Amino acid sequence: MCDTCGCNVTHGNAHLVQAGGKLEKTEQGRESLTVLKNLLSENDHQAGHNREHFDRRGILAVNLMSSPGAGKTALLESTIDALNGEYKVAVIEGDLETENDAERIRKRGVEAIQISTGSACHLDAHMVHDALHHMDLNGLDIVFIENVGNLVCPASFDLGQHRNITLLSVPEGDDKPAKYPVMFRAADLVLLTKADLLPVLDDFQPQRAERYLRELANDAPVLHTSVRSGAGVEQWLAWLGTELTAQRQRLAQGETARPAVQPEGATLHAGEHGGHHHPHHHLHHHD
Amino acid sequence: MHELSVCQALIREVEALAREHEARLVEQIVVRLGPLSGVEAHLLQQAYPLACAGTVAESAELVVEAVPIRVECKSCGAETEAKANRLLCGECGDWRTRLVGGDEMVLASVSMMTGTEH
Ligand SMILES: Nc1nc2c(ncn2[C@@H]2O[C@H](COP(=O)(O)OP(=O)(O)OP(=O)(O)O)[C@@H](O)[C@H]2O)c(=O)[nH]1
Ligand SMILES: [Mg+2]
Ligand SMILES: [Zn+2]
Ligand SMILES: [Zn+2]
Repeated sequence: MCDTCGCNVTHGNAHLVQAGGKLEKTEQGRESLTVLKNLLSENDHQAGHNREHFDRRGILAVNLMSSPGAGKTALLESTIDALNGEYKVAVIEGDLETENDAERIRKRGVEAIQISTGSACHLDAHMVHDALHHMDLNGLDIVFIENVGNLVCPASFDLGQHRNITLLSVPEGDDKPAKYPVMFRAADLVLLTKADLLPVLDDFQPQRAERYLRELANDAPVLHTSVRSGAGVEQWLAWLGTELTAQRQRLAQGETARPAVQPEGATLHAGEHGGHHHPHHHLHHHD
Repeated sequence: MHELSVCQALIREVEALAREHEARLVEQIVVRLGPLSGVEAHLLQQAYPLACAGTVAESAELVVEAVPIRVECKSCGAETEAKANRLLCGECGDWRTRLVGGDEMVLASVSMMTGTEH
């Protein structure tokens, strides 16, 4: 894949592209270097590159994050059923040990690539890029990335997605946005999943969850969904459709999108690169 | 524990800089960390010995500087300090704010020894 995209910046030579910082010789043989560089700039660079892979094919890439068992795979299964072939989708599954989630998706006739993260508690941009090498992206409309179930680590790593979705399942309690601000600040859409359990778990107050989310200065929409009752599926598909249209419109203008919140580093990184662009800035999309 | 991944990325940066400047030893690494970076300072410190072992930064001191959270109000324009899970304007209380500081995780500076030992 990379042989066609023309990006020749590798881990090995990335430091040559990025200027070496401001040097100060304090005394004989001792140097102090001011750097101001994001710690994850290597990841961010790879993520930007992944985003170009998606953009060149008119694909919308969506990252699903939540605690373990909040219903990410179940949501994808019911999404595939509800779409009924309206969009062509593929799934990248991040899983600690098993192929279970990928197999659940494949059973529905959709391509699923499993990234076995082993002991890693999050996906990073390099893992996603490896997965992209094993996929046929042509003709796809949406790529879903199911991140590792974890409300902490995944939020720090840009994967090249356009949008972040954070799932909060009703049994987890409505205070999770207040307890995991980094994760919920990163959400472009919050899904209150397992909404069928609201009558049973009546101490979960959706308004309170939403208030905690707003206190993170996040105006992301909040949808109530249930794969059991089918609640919210319509709104969720409408959100996807709107986002896909917006993505195609951006691409027609030669623009792309990042999730609402990117770590400071992403902008820092862009700034320090100045005019550095990949030579393959030719964007196109299929109908 | 993604702090180990972050620490390994940090060491790769430092190693590249050390090579570029032909340093034989890195003495100190200064990192600036905001509470909304998603990285915990003490976990980063814990991961550090694992990440730097056997590298040019093996004996380097890791200094982590904490950066406060600051928000700018979209409604009244005030810039105030805020808590990680309450990013409200300190002046008017509005939640529609923009984060202007506190999510950074930045390699700020590196001190190293160059030249040959005498
Ligand atoms: N009642 C109810 N149960 C649900 C719903 N969605 C998922 N579940 C159940 O929640 C459990 C976990 O669902 P998964 O889809 O495997 O969750 P996940 O987020 O993919 O889990 P990991 O990948 O392990 O992090 C399963 O037993 C599902 O049947 C829902 O809308 N309502
Ligand atoms: Mg799953
Ligand atoms: Zn590539
Ligand atoms: Zn204000």
